[in-house]
Amino acid sequence: MPDAVSGSAAPREDAAAVDPAGIWPVALRDVRFAVGGKTLIDRLSLQLTPGVRSVVMGPNGAGKSLLLRLIAGLIEPTSGAITYAGRSGDAAARRRIAVVFQRPVLLRRSVAANLRHALATYGVPRGERARRLDDLLALGRLEDIAERPARVLSGGEQQRLSMVRALAAEPEMLLLDEPTASLDPQATAAIETLVGQAAAAGVKIVLVTHDRGQAQRLADEILFLHRGSLAERSDADAFFSRPNSAAAQAYLEGRLLL
Amino acid sequence: MQDFGAAFSQAFALILSGDADLLEIIGLSLRVTFSAVVLACAIGLPLGAVLAVGRFPGRLAVVTVVNALMGLPPVVVGLGVYLLLSGAGPLGVLQLLYTPTAMIVAQTILVAPIIAALTRQVVEDLHGEYDELLRSMGARRGAVIATLLWDARYSLMTAALAGLGRALGEVGAIIVVGGNINHVTRVMTTTIALETSKGNLSLALGLGIILVGLSILVNGLVMGLRSSAARLAYA
Repeated sequence: MPDAVSGSAAPREDAAAVDPAGIWPVALRDVRFAVGGKTLIDRLSLQLTPGVRSVVMGPNGAGKSLLLRLIAGLIEPTSGAITYAGRSGDAAARRRIAVVFQRPVLLRRSVAANLRHALATYGVPRGERARRLDDLLALGRLEDIAERPARVLSGGEQQRLSMVRALAAEPEMLLLDEPTASLDPQATAAIETLVGQAAAAGVKIVLVTHDRGQAQRLADEILFLHRGSLAERSDADAFFSRPNSAAAQAYLEGRLLL
Repeated sequence: MQDFGAAFSQAFALILSGDADLLEIIGLSLRVTFSAVVLACAIGLPLGAVLAVGRFPGRLAVVTVVNALMGLPPVVVGLGVYLLLSGAGPLGVLQLLYTPTAMIVAQTILVAPIIAALTRQVVEDLHGEYDELLRSMGARRGAVIATLLWDARYSLMTAALAGLGRALGEVGAIIVVGGNINHVTRVMTTTIALETSKGNLSLALGLGIILVGLSILVNGLVMGLRSSAARLAYA
């Protein structure tokens, strides 16, 4: 498992191989998700491998957040399969995947207590928790507000806490659902820096965003969703200069409505 | 009206005198009440949390029963505990009837459903907020319940207070299983009932004033603690 905090782990390679002890590749096969008879994710197939920063784009209602929740195992597909290193999702696999939500859900505790709770939940041995807590506080530049109630922090501070809490899991994959949607440029830059550090430490990034600039800064590849389907998967530079699909072209030109 | 005023002044004189019998009655009342509330919290908090978080067949039926038990008639509870603890009952060998322990048991049975039902509601609301986060963290069921109970602790004080109010003012169950025996099982509420029937209004009123005062004091202390602590945690 990568050391996301220190950034010392080497980036992953061997993208196509199955890691028997890990989660790679994460594969969605013919995944469909429907609620009340309405199909929201439609026969989506996708294979995720480490080492590539994947940014998910698409109009509102395209199924981007649902895709993240399906990958994280927070919801079950109506049909199709999601496998982790060839196995169906279990608690061990899910513990290697961390999620950062658009609106941070923080416990009614101090900043440090939120992180202590995460370290305990992730099974970090007691003897290591104090050191890890210090590392995480430093990583998120939260040392000076460690004892403040988490819920009185600014939006940027809350999301930084949410990010480093996710990294406390030392995840293999970090799923981020529009983490900077309501943040100012400075707070956005801080989150992007954390994302970059995590990626450099070998954590697979899957980030949902509507922010084209952010996608261009962070993405190696773009997964473009439209009406619950994967309309296009392209190298980031190619996607923004020469999108393959008409839907992506229309989206980039601001003409695409769901 | 004059008798009423005289009773009040005698009641205050009794309170101020620090009468030994009065103190004994107050002490036993508090011991029984707080013991029952602590036991009821030990049962009701985890039970309510499990009902809030758990998904199992018959859950809705259990929730309905627990909610319905909030309105348990105290005399019926007293009768049930009496039958259990009487010489011919299954627990008669313990010889607990007409002891403070029997009173604590009866009050625990009365209070636990109140705390469980209120806990379920509070924890269920918080669970709706934390559910995806805790599942994404891979938190196990026990850890989820512990997290929810801890983070809801200030709201759950209200549940404990509701239980305390029920126990502090209860008379029907404890008079059946305690018997209102002088220096053994006599508490404030049973004494008030007895002294009123005897026409000794000053003692009854004195105890009534103390009972109401204690109730206000405890509620005030807990609510003060709750609001200041909640402000610190921004709960």
